[in-house]
Amino acid sequence: MRYLAADKLVWCLALLLPAVAIVSLSMGTVSIPLSQIVEALFATMGGGVENSQTNSIVLDIRLPRILLALLVGAVLAVLGTVMQGLFRNPLADPSLIGVSGGASVGASLVIVLVGGTVISPLAGLSLISFGAFMGGVISTLIVYRVATSSLGTSVTTMLLAGIAIGAIAGAFNSLLSYFSDNQMLRQISVWQMGNLGGANWLKVGIMGGVSGLLLVVLPAQAKSLNALLLGESEARYLGIDVQRIKRKLIFLTALGVGVSVALAGLIGFVGLIIPHIIRLLIGPDHRWLLPSTALAGASLLMIADSIARVVVLPAELPTGILTALLGAPFFVALLIRQRGEL
Amino acid sequence: MSIVANNISLHLAGFDLLRNIDLSVEAGQVTVLVGPNGAGKSSLLKVLTGELNPSQGSVSLNQLELSQWDIQKKASVLAVLPQHSELNFPFTANEVVSLGCIPHATGYAVDQQITADALQLVDASYLQRRLYTQMSGGEKQRVQLARVLAQVWSPSDFGEQFLVLDEPTAAFDLAHQQMTLSIVKQFAARGVGVLMVLHDLNLAARCADNLVVVNGGSIEACGSPAQVLTEHLVEKVFDVKATITRHPITDTPLVIT
Repeated sequence: MRYLAADKLVWCLALLLPAVAIVSLSMGTVSIPLSQIVEALFATMGGGVENSQTNSIVLDIRLPRILLALLVGAVLAVLGTVMQGLFRNPLADPSLIGVSGGASVGASLVIVLVGGTVISPLAGLSLISFGAFMGGVISTLIVYRVATSSLGTSVTTMLLAGIAIGAIAGAFNSLLSYFSDNQMLRQISVWQMGNLGGANWLKVGIMGGVSGLLLVVLPAQAKSLNALLLGESEARYLGIDVQRIKRKLIFLTALGVGVSVALAGLIGFVGLIIPHIIRLLIGPDHRWLLPSTALAGASLLMIADSIARVVVLPAELPTGILTALLGAPFFVALLIRQRGEL
Repeated sequence: MSIVANNISLHLAGFDLLRNIDLSVEAGQVTVLVGPNGAGKSSLLKVLTGELNPSQGSVSLNQLELSQWDIQKKASVLAVLPQHSELNFPFTANEVVSLGCIPHATGYAVDQQITADALQLVDASYLQRRLYTQMSGGEKQRVQLARVLAQVWSPSDFGEQFLVLDEPTAAFDLAHQQMTLSIVKQFAARGVGVLMVLHDLNLAARCADNLVVVNGGSIEACGSPAQVLTEHLVEKVFDVKATITRHPITDTPLVIT
């Protein structure tokens, strides 16, 4: 028996999302009342500029940051769901195919070799982002190639290869950290904690493009993911082109997670636990699971980021610390409640 | 129309799993494969359903080479129940069975009806809303059986349909073994070709139109149960001394060991 009807959960999460976004806009070093936020939002559309300082905090700093949190959270959670379905393993997450490990090597490499402050030709994106994205994509390609033979891609081999590449990436990271000076070391570790602090409209635009692509492509794969849970040969007997689906989903995951990590650093937990929690609530049907996890991931990351902004005023905490601190206890509580049934 | 294997051999990892097999599985008939462990029954099923490519020879389904079939069209005429299921996600029985409706996609209402009917046929209506991960082995097996039945529940536009079951009765009690036989006969009477692996020779004798004995990767004997099941063959293939008489009611061969 299930705890919640799937359609009800999707509606609740869809209503929760804008509420979280609005409240989140008001939170920060300067607390802004809701009425002024609404004013600021309307002012841009109407063109009238009244309280320009509030407007600029809301529109130039907070809004892009909150939208970035929303998009990154949604993408990480939905791709975590996809990976768990594809690997038929509820413990899988996007880092399993080597994206995160490769990305952190790429980022560390840039920090150590050229220093993290260099601004790339594309204004608003640091060179670290490029390094992280390239690192993530290259390591995914290696993992995919190792696991693919003429018989197709073996998900078991891919899991193991992902672990191996992760270990190599970890070693490289330690090596790079060992040779860094204090300032680089701090930069590396802060990057690895995940931070939405550097959000701007360019990043939101890039992330929006990636999310849009996922929004178009993923819903059509829900049925195939359901069939894949039966096993690969069963899915083939149901008329699913398993190898094509695998290739497509792995490519999308590398792209989505690669871009997320490049723009926001390593934000763990969302991709692992959100799909798990939602599945415990409504079951493994991907037609509901995909939208629910996207919405829940978006809300969780916005909430975590809002708290990160106000918890140690006037400073900020890296967002990645908060996601785990918030979600893990909830997850443990859920596990204890369902202990007898799994 | 039929599934026809034309002189197929299978070599995998240095082993000869199948050698020069010719076999025809006719629509509307029940074909049963029997044989000792490791004889190649499951490998033969995998080659006949396209899961493995034969090293030599060819397999055709409704007169079209298996590899030429569009994977979606093939799914609407060929349903396969493997020996083991990997499913370890908490779908309800309803959800598992409705996955069997993916190939025909006749709409939500029809799918729901087929799902309910298929579950009822395998005596599993009471499982509808229960979670697969919490079911017993026999219940899981029945739900999976209902899933493949749902896949060929209504006739397909792409030719005669086939139902392939690898040891469907392995986890069943006596009543559900009988139930499986009657379901299989029902589908055969409707024109579906049934191919299954069974271990119980008496069950096989009672439902097979064509009994195929596989031994050491090739076909030892093939024909009606009355022709095939002899004391000599049982001793040769299974290494067991047996007495064969007639079943007092069904008049099929009865193997007593």
